[in-house]
Amino acid sequence: MAVRVRVQAEPFDYGAECAGFGAGGRGVGAVVTFLGIVRDDSGQLARMEIEHYPGMTEKAIAAIAEEAHVRWSLAELLVIHRYGPLAPGEAIMMVATAARHRVAAFEAAEFLMDYLKSRAPFWKKEIGADGATWVAATEEDEEALTRW
Amino acid sequence: MIDVLYFAWVRERIGLPRERVDTSAATVADLVAELRSREDRYAAAFADLRSLRVALDQQLADFSAPLAGVREVAFFPPMTGG
Repeated sequence: MAVRVRVQAEPFDYGAECAGFGAGGRGVGAVVTFLGIVRDDSGQLARMEIEHYPGMTEKAIAAIAEEAHVRWSLAELLVIHRYGPLAPGEAIMMVATAARHRVAAFEAAEFLMDYLKSRAPFWKKEIGADGATWVAATEEDEEALTRW
Repeated sequence: MIDVLYFAWVRERIGLPRERVDTSAATVADLVAELRSREDRYAAAFADLRSLRVALDQQLADFSAPLAGVREVAFFPPMTGG
């Protein structure tokens, strides 16, 4: 219950997931939630397609989540990540962390986001008016891991 | 025999999501050399190893890693989750 990871094609209800998250534990003083959304910088994006590696995806996220759980003594942790076709404005993924204090909740959420970005086997493809392009990983994504 | 999986543009370049490969390659790098020599589409996919990542039995690994006992090798570009 404390650590939950879901990898799914179907949409999730961010509000419903956040409602009650971290509740019930008297030692919880802070909850941080993050929602990732399909962005359309060009104004030409028809959809995004997210490919993943079934089996490895779940294992990789579970390992990242377990590390965060232990390192920041989280009371509760939730990661949901979608795959398949997504329209601009649709939710891609969410992270929620519950801890005694806000610093732990914020740091754990940032750690999870940094690691999910470049260590969970997902690949994003943007389909626009001019064809399809794989989103390239950046130096900054890799650089972000060095602070942890 | 080893299961070899391809994802994202590696899959598109090679034209397959997975295949069974009969190989006696000792390391990932040896397997890559074998695949490269097969056909142009493999040579194109494996042209620049710096733009590729590899997982052995669903764990990230290095190209120098040994293949002994490995059942599943996956090649893919750097990941873009989140």
